[in-house]
Amino acid sequence: MNTCRIETPRTCAEASALLQALPDARVLAGGTDVVVRLKDQLIWPPLVEISRLAELHGMTEVDGWLRLGALSTWTEIERAALTARHADVLVEAAREVGSPQIRNRGTLGGNVANASPAGDSLPALIVLDAELELRGTQSTRRVAVAQFCCAPGKTVLAHDELIVAIWVPVRAGWRGAFVRLGQRAALAISKVSVAVRVLRADGIVQDSRITLGAVAPTVLRVPEAEAVLRGQRLSAAVMQAAAEVVCAAARPITDIRSNEPYRRAMCGELLQRALARLAEPTNPSDPSDPSDPSDKIT
Amino acid sequence: MMIRFTLNGTAVALETPGSKRVLDLLRDECGLTGTKEGCGKGECGACTILLDGRVANACLLLACQADGHEIVTIEGLEHAGQLAPIQQAFVDEGAVQCGFCIPGMVLAAHALLAGQPQPTDDEIKRGLAGNLCRCTGYRKIIAAVRRTAQAGNA
Ligand SMILES: Cc1cc2nc3c(=O)[nH]c(=O)nc-3n(C[C@H](O)[C@H](O)[C@H](O)COP(=O)(O)OP(=O)(O)OC[C@H]3O[C@@H](n4cnc5c(N)ncnc54)[C@H](O)[C@@H]3O)c2cc1C
Ligand code: FES
Ligand code: FES
Repeated sequence: MNTCRIETPRTCAEASALLQALPDARVLAGGTDVVVRLKDQLIWPPLVEISRLAELHGMTEVDGWLRLGALSTWTEIERAALTARHADVLVEAAREVGSPQIRNRGTLGGNVANASPAGDSLPALIVLDAELELRGTQSTRRVAVAQFCCAPGKTVLAHDELIVAIWVPVRAGWRGAFVRLGQRAALAISKVSVAVRVLRADGIVQDSRITLGAVAPTVLRVPEAEAVLRGQRLSAAVMQAAAEVVCAAARPITDIRSNEPYRRAMCGELLQRALARLAEPTNPSDPSDPSDPSDKIT
Repeated sequence: MMIRFTLNGTAVALETPGSKRVLDLLRDECGLTGTKEGCGKGECGACTILLDGRVANACLLLACQADGHEIVTIEGLEHAGQLAPIQQAFVDEGAVQCGFCIPGMVLAAHALLAGQPQPTDDEIKRGLAGNLCRCTGYRKIIAAVRRTAQAGNA
């Protein structure tokens, strides 16, 4: 078994200083990606274990934003009242991840930092217009999740920086859905995923966000499909038209999990499923449903 | 590094590499071999333990991450020679064949019932989705969980 240097800092400043001092160090959060990846390596890099950093834990609502500590687990996201109110689409993504074991340990920050094109947090966070709070030895900065990943596994994160929190703007009236397809329901990485969020007034779409996961090197937002929805009711014809646009926009590859034509076709199918769910009448007695009651008319 | 944690109700302090997997710590240093290694990468659930009351894969958990926490393994479920109700239900339903998946399966069922005392069949399947069984076909496992829920003494 491998032995490597383990650091267990107590403050963000200490953690960043350690990362700066150890150029080959890796951050260890829940470990559900890191440990799998290190498993077969003979030599392990130093690990900076971050569970003792209080600022990375917890969820709060502050000045019109929902702040999710980077160490929020999928299970916490799935169950919290705050995420149910303000981040419906992220809750749906959380429900799809791995298994209970993985959801109990895997964190939101770890999923984002991983920058996998198939990572389930990214499509959901981008339709939420979420931002990341990044802190290094010198400064703290905010970066939109949409600007964070540059290529599979590549991000704008500097080596001494940590993702401290994920910030989601609180917006009334929006409703979202996340739909994904894997080899099987549990313990499978997404072949294709679709996240969508719409704002409607009297059943008419005022604004929307549509993203596709696992069909391009990074998550793809599809403004052309959003334009199709604008000013329309979510009728079968409108959903079909938007589906055709996302199929054309996808840039999928053939790999071990799926092939190009199937992935492309499934983008449209999953978008239609997601939109059909949003077109259903909402339940006004459900306190977790922040949507405009006028949605019922659709 | 010095790792302090609670193991099946008893406080433990061990000097061990912080990068050692909890799976190896339990099996090799604590002599608790009920926790199994199947895939070693989070996919089969044979290594399932309870960490602070929630299921976790011991194959993905490093010793430094257990420090200060509470672990329950399959050995910790029985009390004074008496099987926990969920264990007895596995026996009564004949839900065990080779047995390799069973420690993890029982702990996952136990944690599920602690959170949802009356799960639907879909909730049972979702609660056990991280545990693979090559033998039983799952039906009797689900029946054992249902039986425990019905008896209301999870
Ligand atoms: C069996 C199995 C099934 C899975 N299923 C899914 C799935 O369905 N969907 C999905 O999206 N993923 C899935 N995953 C991948 C993984 O569980 C998730 O990506 C998880 O959210 C990672 O979080 P973590 O805390 O475990 O990350 P870790 O493994 O601890 O870290 C992941 C990466 O992020 C870095 N990092 C972590 N936290 C921070 C931080 N705060 N600041 C800076 N860098 C950081 C680490 O250095 C590392 O590079 C699965 C994994 C396994 C083993
Ligand atoms: S051995 Fe841990 S999940 Fe398979
Ligand atoms: S009883 Fe053999 S693997 Fe489940």
